[in-house]
Amino acid sequence: MLSKLKQTSVAALGVTFGIGAYITLVCFMTGLNKMLDGLILNQTPHIHIYNEIEPSKKQPIALYEEVKNSFKVVHSIKPKQSQKKIHNALPIVKYLKKDKRVKGAIPQIKTQIFYIAGSIELGGNLTGIQPLEEARLFNFQNYIVKGSHEDLQKTENGILLGSGVASKMSLDVGDRVQISTIKGDIFPLKIVGIYQSGLADLDAIQSFANIKTVQRILGEAENYITDVNVKLFDIEVAYNMAQEIETQFKLKAIDIKTANAQFETGTTIRNLITYAVSITLLIVAGFGIYNILNMFIYEKMNDIAILKATGFSGKDVQYIFMSQALIIGVVGGVLGLLIGFGLTSLINNLPFETEALPTIKTFPVNFDPWFYVIGITFALISTFFAGYLPSKKAKKIDPVNIIRGQ
Amino acid sequence: MSIVLQTKNINKYFRKPVLFHVLKNINISIKKGEFASIMGKSGCGKSTLLYILSTMDTDYEGQLYLNNELLTGQNHNKLSCIRNKHIGFVFQFHYLLSEFSVLENVMLPAKKLGEKSFEEIEHEAMQKLKILGIEHLALKRASRISGGEKQRVAIARALINNPSIIMGDEPTGNLDSHNSENVFNIFKQLCDEQGLSLLIVTHDEDFAKKTDRIITMSDGEIIS
Ligand SMILES: Nc1ncnc2c1ncn2[C@@H]1O[C@H](COP(=O)(O)OP(=O)(O)OP(=O)(O)O)[C@@H](O)[C@H]1O
Ligand SMILES: [Mg+2]
Repeated sequence: MLSKLKQTSVAALGVTFGIGAYITLVCFMTGLNKMLDGLILNQTPHIHIYNEIEPSKKQPIALYEEVKNSFKVVHSIKPKQSQKKIHNALPIVKYLKKDKRVKGAIPQIKTQIFYIAGSIELGGNLTGIQPLEEARLFNFQNYIVKGSHEDLQKTENGILLGSGVASKMSLDVGDRVQISTIKGDIFPLKIVGIYQSGLADLDAIQSFANIKTVQRILGEAENYITDVNVKLFDIEVAYNMAQEIETQFKLKAIDIKTANAQFETGTTIRNLITYAVSITLLIVAGFGIYNILNMFIYEKMNDIAILKATGFSGKDVQYIFMSQALIIGVVGGVLGLLIGFGLTSLINNLPFETEALPTIKTFPVNFDPWFYVIGITFALISTFFAGYLPSKKAKKIDPVNIIRGQ
Repeated sequence: MSIVLQTKNINKYFRKPVLFHVLKNINISIKKGEFASIMGKSGCGKSTLLYILSTMDTDYEGQLYLNNELLTGQNHNKLSCIRNKHIGFVFQFHYLLSEFSVLENVMLPAKKLGEKSFEEIEHEAMQKLKILGIEHLALKRASRISGGEKQRVAIARALINNPSIIMGDEPTGNLDSHNSENVFNIFKQLCDEQGLSLLIVTHDEDFAKKTDRIITMSDGEIIS
């Protein structure tokens, strides 16, 4: 009602920038966070089951009845040689798949090999996998820079070569590479794709082949499995479930949180910073509105006195100022959302290419509608409060004092 | 003749900076259709009295009646409504909302009263402006007209809700003799033709002499 367009628009701009910056920041930061989380969480199994070579927890002497009550000292404990193979792996996989908490469980075979091309011989790791399942559960396809996981699935003697290995031996898709097992058997394999995780050390040794191919290379039966990777629906139950699996199957089971404890901390801190900064932005915007409305009231003292002298009650005056504040909030907030949306769209299209993330081409942005809901809600709430105090003051202004002061 | 405005033993004190007895036992009554003026030395409490009579100031002792209804002790919202409907106030300074047009300024109290439609209010506001001879200014911004014109707009605004009484605190204080006579004539006309009651504080002796009754104040007391 007592609108002065210039001031109102300045106040609205304050809100606009606050909300716009908030949307941009939150979308961008959570986008990055989500991507980083995704990097770890999507490709890391929630529970990794394997057979660790470790010393027996119960040393043989403990079984010896006659010294049961005496104090035993055992020197130089050595691990008992046990096989890497998971005993009964296939039934375990089947059992896990039936569990309601489990999204998927897939077997792997990890083995050491040598790559041979001409006279070069390189040590490395070959992992036998089920390519389609790996892609479904752990986004395996994101790390294949040439060829595809389907090609691997289809090609019986195919191999997916680590990018480091490929460049060292100047091999490319379609070439053949010979690999040799520790035992010395040599097999020729066809390169169907190149794998790049982003970790140079890993890419220089790691390759993948079909699980059956690896079993054949090693001369092992179909039940030869060294690792089982489990993906759960709810990552929170990973720890408990890992414990269960350890006691039930007498195997080593590592859950993702234990394996990536420091990563979790990083995520929490990044989130904390994001929220702290965005709350600060919103509060600053709120104070901006408060300030402008406050000034506004000092400037409008005379008008308020006139209104009151001509019969407007304190409530009417307060209502006028509150609606003014809310108009600022709504207009500024909506503009802020639009600006936020524009900026995030812009960021979303900015090229962002790094070695480490072969599949990501632009900056990640999280377009969560909730941020917009929060943004506009905060705009309204903060303008409400920013308008409330000054309007309360306007309500209390005594017209006599002002008229007398003229 | 019926009494529009009446006070009984009104006393007022200012407590700051020192206790000061501004108004002492004020008893006045204004009849319907009466044109009264208040005179007195500067600082004798005329404005203070007028603020109490206009219900803007509620910090006093004694009783105030408007149309035989006791106003003393009513809550602020009720008083706002009464002020809106029954009392028109004209200040020494023009006190218009400078960002609005003349017409909007005049319409404002009627919009607050909310008894009539927008069109009716607009029509009536034009009517009042016509009475005051400034209908050609209706769409001008209130900040772009002269002092005398502003004073007439303020009077039109005071008239819009057809109040029981109009009070003025030196409404001609800022005007030259010609304009001041003009304003007097308007008041006189309203009083004669529409039976309006008027209570005007003034320092202008010529102005006061032409009114029906002069109330003289001295040091917070009414002496005649
Ligand atoms: N808020 C206040 N606090 C204390 N004293 C005040 C206050 N307002 C006015 N006064 C004193 O009350 C007395 C009456 O003031 P008032 O404004 O009613 O005078 P007035 O008769 O209208 O004078 P003028 O003719 O100059 O307008 C003055 O002496 C003034 O100093
Ligand atoms: Mg005065």
